[in-house]
Amino acid sequence: MTAITVDALTEKVGAGGTAKLSVPPPPAPSQLTGPSSMEQDSAALRTLLAAVLPPVIGLALLIGIWQLATMNGGSIPTPGKTWEAAVKLFADPFYSNGPNDQGIGWNILASLQRVGIGFGFAALVGIPLGFLLGRFAMMARMINPIISLLRPVSPLAWLPIGLLVFKKADPAATWTIFICSIWPMIMNTAQGVMRVPQDYLNVARVLNLSEWKIVTKILFPSVLPYMLTGIRLSIGTAWLVIVAAEMLTGGVGIGFWVWDEWNNLKVEHIIIAIFVIGIVGLILEQTLLLLAKRLHTES
Amino acid sequence: MNTEKFVQIEKVGMSFDTKKGKFVALRDIDLTIKQGEFISLIGHSGCGKSTLLNLIAGLTLPSSGVLLCANREIAGPGPERAVVFQNHSLLPWLTCFENVYLAVERVFAANEKKAELKDRTTRVLELVGLAHAMHKYPGEISGGMKQRVGIARALAMEPKVLLMDEPFGALDALTRARLQDELMKICEATKATTVMVTHDVDEAVLLSDRIVMMTNGPAATIGEILSVDLPRPRERLTLAGNPDYMRYRSQVIEFLYAKQSHPLAA
Repeated sequence: MTAITVDALTEKVGAGGTAKLSVPPPPAPSQLTGPSSMEQDSAALRTLLAAVLPPVIGLALLIGIWQLATMNGGSIPTPGKTWEAAVKLFADPFYSNGPNDQGIGWNILASLQRVGIGFGFAALVGIPLGFLLGRFAMMARMINPIISLLRPVSPLAWLPIGLLVFKKADPAATWTIFICSIWPMIMNTAQGVMRVPQDYLNVARVLNLSEWKIVTKILFPSVLPYMLTGIRLSIGTAWLVIVAAEMLTGGVGIGFWVWDEWNNLKVEHIIIAIFVIGIVGLILEQTLLLLAKRLHTES
Repeated sequence: MNTEKFVQIEKVGMSFDTKKGKFVALRDIDLTIKQGEFISLIGHSGCGKSTLLNLIAGLTLPSSGVLLCANREIAGPGPERAVVFQNHSLLPWLTCFENVYLAVERVFAANEKKAELKDRTTRVLELVGLAHAMHKYPGEISGGMKQRVGIARALAMEPKVLLMDEPFGALDALTRARLQDELMKICEATKATTVMVTHDVDEAVLLSDRIVMMTNGPAATIGEILSVDLPRPRERLTLAGNPDYMRYRSQVIEFLYAKQSHPLAA
């Protein structure tokens, strides 16, 4: 770690030196491009280092503490041992030896599929419902108390209802995802509809636009950022909930896999799973953030 | 059609219910507007001039009295009374062309083909001098250009009445002057009946056939109406030294600052 910071320091000193040197002589145009592009390069390098270095140091600290805590033996494996297990595990992520022994790749995909389906249905129901709630005050007054009552309930409490209705574990897990994803979608969409600027609605009134045009040309585009916030929040929760739901329902899935490895006492696999779940969650969130940013700059 | 009494405002009053009880914004407004006339509403802020404009637009309905346009009661907003909003109110996710097209489509789609609708949109954008920028988004153009798109959108509907709520209020003086000149030409060409809210005395005298001066609120009403008999087309430069122009100007100023001294000073 210290080596890295020293490197960064010399990098900065070097860059400063070239900057000073390039100023005094009035060079020919062809020579002019040389130092200035070098300057740009070193500036870019500096900003890159400033962006990359702190997270790397943080991660290194985490692994260092982990190593210190586990190197004298104990039930938690060391980073090295976990890394070896991970290399072995990811060498063949898509094997399948029957329903209870499948590669980690299949487990992740199974969980993602459940999240996708539950989440998709939640969007299908939640977004139109949010529009209705935002547009008609009467609807909002009718539905809001119910939402306030149900929203704080852990989605896992709905799992038995899902098992009862669907008679199978798999759709029941999807059902909990549906339940936990739908609240942020309804709330944020309704919020967005209520915050459509009055100016735009006045334009709609003066132009005497049809309800269809109002929805497609005015409401939908101005609600879109709010909707995306709702989607981002719910995908975060959905990914949290799926692990717990699968622990209870079994089958193929990253949550069940964690529980299975606990039964097998393969603790290094549990740690790997924690990292994998974190990384997948991060990717989901970042993808949606990127999407939101793109849409924002377009409008 | 009665061209002498194109817009009739009779005994109109407007009050709002607030937490502190009823707030009377306007009372006893009587005004008749001829077809093709340019009217300015001027007064100190809070005198209800925007409220009066919104009443003509039909965006709000009067608490008492009646408003007529072409002998029909104004019961709500509609494309025959186009509004140029103070802050342009363009939809940021549509290009300038699409913003105007939305209005054109609404008014003319029943009788015209798509190509004709597009032609109309292009023509009106050319009229306000924005042919080069029509496929840009509102976020990519200047405030003056945005306001011109707003005017184009209103003109594209070929409204019976053009209503403008401080259309140039947010612009710098040079842009404002240029747009005022353009607006004069457009009104000359289209013979549009226009009502404009303003707080700019020069703008009112330069553009108007009549200036409606409002008393201070609350319970504001029409104080005086000044007819501006300056020949058209009017030229900003030649008017600057014109004694009639100076007289009209000082009459408005006298009303605003002597008879209705600023509400904060009173």
